[in-house]
Amino acid sequence: MKRKFFAYPYIVWMILFIAVPMLFIFYYAFNVDGTWTAEKFFSTLKDADNWRILWVSIEFAFGTTAICLLLGYPIAYILSNMKKSVAGFISILFFVPMWMNFVLRTYAWSAIIEYAIPELFGVTESLTDTASGRTIAVLLVLVYDFLPFMVMPLYNTLSKLDKSLLEASRDLGANGVKTFFRVVLPLSVPGIVSGITMVFVPSITAFTVPALIGNGAYMLYGNKIETAITSAAGYHKNDFSVGSTLSIILLLCIVVSTVIMNRFDKDKEGGSIL
Amino acid sequence: MKRLWRSFKYVYLGIMLLFLYLPIIYLILFSFNKFHVDFNGDTIFKNLGKWNGFTFENYGSIFGRFRGFTWDNLTSGRLFSNKAGNALILTLEVALVSSVVATIIGTAAAIGINVMKKRTRTVVLSVSQLPMVNPDLVTGITFMMLFAFVNTLFGLEISDFLKLLIAHISFSIPYVIFSVLPRLKQSSDMLYEAALDLGCSPFKALIKAVIPDIMPGITSGFIMALTMSLDDFVVSYFTADSQVLSVFIYSNTQKGKIGVNPALATIIFIPLVAMLLAVNLRRLAKEREYEIQNKKVKLK
Amino acid sequence: MMKKILCLVFAACMILAFAACGSKTAEPNRELNVLNWGEYIDPDLIDEFEDQTGIKVNYIEMTSNEEMLIKLRSSDSNYDLCFPSDYIIEQMIREDMLLPLDYSKIPNAANIDPKMKEITDSFDPGNKYSLPYMWGTVGILYNTKMVDEPVDSWGILWNEKYAGKIWMYDSVRDTIGITLKYLGYDMNTRNADEVNAARDLLIAQAPLRKGFGTDNMRTSMVNNKAALAVVYSGDAVACIGENEDLAFVVPKEGSNVWFDNVIIPKNAKNVDAAHAFINFLNDAENATRNTEYIGYTTPNKAAMDRLGPDYTEDETYNPPQDVLDRCEVFHDLGEFVEVFNAAWDKIKASN
Repeated sequence: MKRKFFAYPYIVWMILFIAVPMLFIFYYAFNVDGTWTAEKFFSTLKDADNWRILWVSIEFAFGTTAICLLLGYPIAYILSNMKKSVAGFISILFFVPMWMNFVLRTYAWSAIIEYAIPELFGVTESLTDTASGRTIAVLLVLVYDFLPFMVMPLYNTLSKLDKSLLEASRDLGANGVKTFFRVVLPLSVPGIVSGITMVFVPSITAFTVPALIGNGAYMLYGNKIETAITSAAGYHKNDFSVGSTLSIILLLCIVVSTVIMNRFDKDKEGGSIL
Repeated sequence: MKRLWRSFKYVYLGIMLLFLYLPIIYLILFSFNKFHVDFNGDTIFKNLGKWNGFTFENYGSIFGRFRGFTWDNLTSGRLFSNKAGNALILTLEVALVSSVVATIIGTAAAIGINVMKKRTRTVVLSVSQLPMVNPDLVTGITFMMLFAFVNTLFGLEISDFLKLLIAHISFSIPYVIFSVLPRLKQSSDMLYEAALDLGCSPFKALIKAVIPDIMPGITSGFIMALTMSLDDFVVSYFTADSQVLSVFIYSNTQKGKIGVNPALATIIFIPLVAMLLAVNLRRLAKEREYEIQNKKVKLK
Repeated sequence: MMKKILCLVFAACMILAFAACGSKTAEPNRELNVLNWGEYIDPDLIDEFEDQTGIKVNYIEMTSNEEMLIKLRSSDSNYDLCFPSDYIIEQMIREDMLLPLDYSKIPNAANIDPKMKEITDSFDPGNKYSLPYMWGTVGILYNTKMVDEPVDSWGILWNEKYAGKIWMYDSVRDTIGITLKYLGYDMNTRNADEVNAARDLLIAQAPLRKGFGTDNMRTSMVNNKAALAVVYSGDAVACIGENEDLAFVVPKEGSNVWFDNVIIPKNAKNVDAAHAFINFLNDAENATRNTEYIGYTTPNKAAMDRLGPDYTEDETYNPPQDVLDRCEVFHDLGEFVEVFNAAWDKIKASN
């Protein structure tokens, strides 16, 4: 038995439970309760509101990704310069919060923002009283949720950097700052790119955070899909077409970002993600 | 300057870790909060915004009455009279079983992928990235549709536990693969070849020579799978009717009785972290000891 | 090549076998599958019912009426009992999804207040398919320390004095419905202009609004973080129990009175057990315990008589007749619901 056969159960699994389910999105986009129609598909695409909602979500996702990168890069850089065993331990600590469920942590944040912080500063106003305050609060918690996914790929790329290159740069007279911008940063691009992919698209669809932290005041893309699937399908018999169509747009985003990512990840090793 | 940078490093890491652990500390604290009780003696308002005093009651009230340890109760999620307790058990069951299965399938897959031709490998790895980049919302919806479709077409009734298991395994496997692959690349093929030369069957050679070598990768893959399963809300929400903890919590905030018992989350979290710390700190301490001894040897 | 195919087939078999062995195998007649809102029943009652009858109750929770509709329509639906709200019941009757109740098996149905039956007649004539389970009104919960003027109109929700301290309910029908009432229209209007007028008023409210809440809004009110909130009467009772500064009022323009009724879906497998459970829930003693646990108002007259003055004299829990007179029930809107949903999207996007 050849070693590559070991991958076959996984490949079958992948086809059955990853590839085939994806096809259902296309099936339901054009099939409403057993009848084939493209009408809903096109009316959803034409609906300007959907595109506006997508745009607002992309703005949020962009903000989240940028802040995650700014906060995460130094973390990964510091970790990569530490002793391997200690760095490994600390990098686990970045994932441990996820053992407490996401919904509860989001709840806790809402309580901290609403009650603990005002209490601490002795004020009655809270951040979420105003629209701009709500935006900040939602961004804060989105960053909180996605930061580990930015740190991991960055840390993995940075810790694999050939240290002799840095020494060479120093020997050639570059100072620390110059070495960082000329050598470290360009070499860590694959990590940056996988970090961005791990954060950007998933954060477009976050729907629990806007609902719980943003006081339900937002209609973001994730909320739109969720309501399209859970309520529209309730009013109209088995009509998942709006939700499916919106998901297809998202799948396109994923394909685009994967293509971009693969351009940077020349070896196609994919190992830079984790 | 150097010293400043060094202390800045630790301060920055500390602040970031505090940021990540802040809500957790908050929840642990409030899991000991005495919540108000209404005139019937029920706690009805789990107010996370006001501290009323210390109590263990929140932990005591999770499970309710024990219904008896039968196979039926176990599989249909009714070991306890309280829904919360059953949701907790279901979460643990799904997390453990799915991460074990995902680790096995994922490790095998990584071993296979590692020896594949470059082009096949590229295709397989690219598709494998999909569940990681895919928003959980889309993953959840696709599973919902898949199971509904299988049911309409084949009349196959799949139990909720199995639905959850399939969904969780599917989104965990890639994390296992991408944890194991780098280790495999580091490990030399010579070990495997040597084992074959010494008369091992290919399977035995893998178990005896390759697996021990890539064990750290397998362990971290398992931990990632466990993490993803425990953290999931959206996929479970769309996939099955039976409620895991997160779905239970979410549904309890919609109507009727108010609030979420924070003890529900900490009761899993605290033992898990204790275990992790025990294992890791011992390892770190051992390494330290080893280093000190090495230094002594060198000094001599 | 052959080997490859064999391997693939083997793996597929493994997975299918795995899937098949997980299929449900319980005897249908000893099980009752109940679909209900989260924490919307006293769990002790379920235990007692199981002990009395030997029927195993699987209690599944839902988060919205629409989600419940989807679950009931799905081909693997095996629910025997469900607790949807008024307008959804009307839609289910229209779509022929319900089984008529057999009242000979529900003697305790006589405990239901005839006054309640009069109201539910409007969406389920003669209670042919459904029996009231819990009910309540929608009104304004306000903080008497923060609001110094009398609260008697929905108009106060547009008062700039309370900017950033106003909560609305995170639900299409409720929020647009009360705005329609404020404007003097029918809550069940099928006039797009009226809905759009309500929509524009709600968009104009955006800078004043703290948000659309459910659970978080109630906690916020209890902790004195907001002045005004649109809530269900049952939730108001709980909030006032936590914070004495809070008060509840059903504004003079009128409001919504809602019902969650118990129904049996047409494809129910265990109809007898479902009737037995409905009868059990309507037993005077059981209904009393249930309403005490949930905190929402019971339509069960026998239970109401057993409740102490803490409940019966509380106008929030037990609204007087003049409040009921100015409230109306939500009705099924049919296709017109699209207009409401589109308006809701616009309102949410206005923040």
